Amino acid sequence: MTHAANTPTAPNSLTVSALDADALDRLNAIIARHAGREGPLLPILHDVQADFGLIPEAAQPIIGNALGMSRAEVYGVVSFYHDFRERPAGRHVLRLCRAEACQSMGADALADQVRAALGLDWHETTPDGRLTLEPVFCLGLCACAPAAQMGDRLMGRATAQRVVAMVGGAR
Amino acid sequence: MRIWVPVDAAARALGADEVADAIRREAAARGIDIALTRNGTRGMVWLEPLVEIEIDGVRHGFGPVAPEDVPALLAGPAGHPLALGPVDDLPWMRAQTRLTFARVGIIDPLSVEEYQAHGGLAGLRAALAAPDRIVAEITDSGLRGRGGAGFPTGIKWATVARAAADRKYIVCNADEGDSGTFADRMLMEGDPLTLIEGMAIAGVAVGATQGYVYIRSEYPDAIRAMDSAIRIARGAGVLGASVLGSGRTFDMEVRVGAGAYVCGEETSLLNSLEGKRGVVRAKPPIPALEGFLGKPTVVNNVLSLATVPWIMANGAAAYAAHGIGRSRGTMPLQIAGNVRHGGLFEVAFGLSLGEIVTAIAGGTASGRPVKAVQVGGPLGAYFPPSLFDTPFGYEEFAGKDGLVGHAGVVVFDDTADMRALARFAMEFCAIESCGKCTPCRIGSTRGVETIDRIAAGDLEAVPVLTDLCNTMKWGSLCALGGFVPYPVLSALEHFPDDFTGRRVRVEAAE
Repeated sequence: MTHAANTPTAPNSLTVSALDADALDRLNAIIARHAGREGPLLPILHDVQADFGLIPEAAQPIIGNALGMSRAEVYGVVSFYHDFRERPAGRHVLRLCRAEACQSMGADALADQVRAALGLDWHETTPDGRLTLEPVFCLGLCACAPAAQMGDRLMGRATAQRVVAMVGGAR
Repeated sequence: MRIWVPVDAAARALGADEVADAIRREAAARGIDIALTRNGTRGMVWLEPLVEIEIDGVRHGFGPVAPEDVPALLAGPAGHPLALGPVDDLPWMRAQTRLTFARVGIIDPLSVEEYQAHGGLAGLRAALAAPDRIVAEITDSGLRGRGGAGFPTGIKWATVARAAADRKYIVCNADEGDSGTFADRMLMEGDPLTLIEGMAIAGVAVGATQGYVYIRSEYPDAIRAMDSAIRIARGAGVLGASVLGSGRTFDMEVRVGAGAYVCGEETSLLNSLEGKRGVVRAKPPIPALEGFLGKPTVVNNVLSLATVPWIMANGAAAYAAHGIGRSRGTMPLQIAGNVRHGGLFEVAFGLSLGEIVTAIAGGTASGRPVKAVQVGGPLGAYFPPSLFDTPFGYEEFAGKDGLVGHAGVVVFDDTADMRALARFAMEFCAIESCGKCTPCRIGSTRGVETIDRIAAGDLEAVPVLTDLCNTMKWGSLCALGGFVPYPVLSALEHFPDDFTGRRVRVEAAE
């Protein structure tokens, strides 16, 4: 980051709300845990998201500084991958597979029924922050399609009734 | 009493955890002494959860078992209505040639003892006894990349072995994103030590000391299994500073993807592994010379690497004895979608597509006629029943403008809307394109629009679509944009009525 030293605004300087001291400690601990690895950025981002529930914008320049990357480069990675969130998800995330094998067993109709029953469209979260609905392209459960997943719960041969019941049990 | 209940994700998705809990509760209540093993799946997913109970030294199957079936099952397994008989004698099992999947469903996936009792580590021992012979052995076996590209594994290894570098890598591509494929997942959950053994052999062969398994984040069960297996393999001396006491170093770790389909492409995967956007790299340089962190790197699919121990243990000739033409050995078919009997079926190359769909899969789950079969994932062609005589082999499928890919076989009944599926292929490509090359990035969105024009009755859009597909096929940097014309053009060619309501002539893409 030598080129940034004598410019008024370094590329990794903070322009967004800073992390509080506790969050900064947690972030630095995650960075320290992975810093010596080959290609540490994805493992760091996964751990940050597991801890914070999203990738805080304020964390990105700090990660960049630690890895010798610009804030733009870190943001480029965060925004490339579907998994990394810039806004928090609900407490539970229901994922319905939309790929071909599940389509062959009625995944489109299932998705329509579930979306109607939950009052949620793709990527939406319930107002109480309990549930987010997301599409997924293949869970590897193609021989028992259609498939759904919520946290550690997997469901093969999913029906709208069973999916809604599973969601109803999650508080 | 020995009992097995699969821990495989597909079995869990059908209630295996609840069945295992019920068995433990019921056994405790009845005072029965049981040894419960959570094994991989045998691959008969329509029978999951498939419980196995040892009777007179033979494993008998029962399935599909629900928790409420458990009391009667433990009270009298012999005459239970769900009894299937000895699992090894079931027609599905007997008709297979299980080499890569020899142990999956049989052993405790994390037991080095059971692994070795069923032939595990014999391949690595043979490799360590004659390290200079490994590359020739793999070359002679005829093994080709099972991820889909079908590149000869031995030639790739020879290139890395010859490259001079201070550090080399073995990278396993476990980013199994293709719909209809789950063999990598099944293997990593059911016999992860095989993959570790295969990677260690690759390391010894080419002089690499570090390996990475890049697993998609959609596979949390496989990630857990591989993480545990690597720890166990280190403890057993299979990995580490001196592999099985040979003085050769090889270690490895799991890396988790982040939901990008394109990272199944090897150069995109390498960028992702380095912590970059998963953007495709132009070749040359090939990864075998400049791969991970610019060092010579073997990038192989899970199935390719997991087949290596069998070849080293049994010899190249024994492997090459199976198959047809230039498609040697066996292929783990993944039978999925609208089928009566879905699951994993490992067999020598050469069965016809019709035999697979009719005899093995048993036709559709819905009972309706088969309309189309997509082989090779979202980028594979849709074959109509008129192509059912095509033998399963790389060249044979290429000859019919299709691809074997990772050997996923997805069956659709006559309710399938092929125009909608073609549109989905373009839409999926638009969502998942890495953005590096124009034919893929822009072409996929134009493809969606053009298919919508055809749907609105504009027949002049048909030659536009075929021309666009031609540009994508020959102008894209990687297989994402380059292969998406397969499902689109095959749907248009074989099912024109779904697009226009009447027959149109499809010009060849060449």
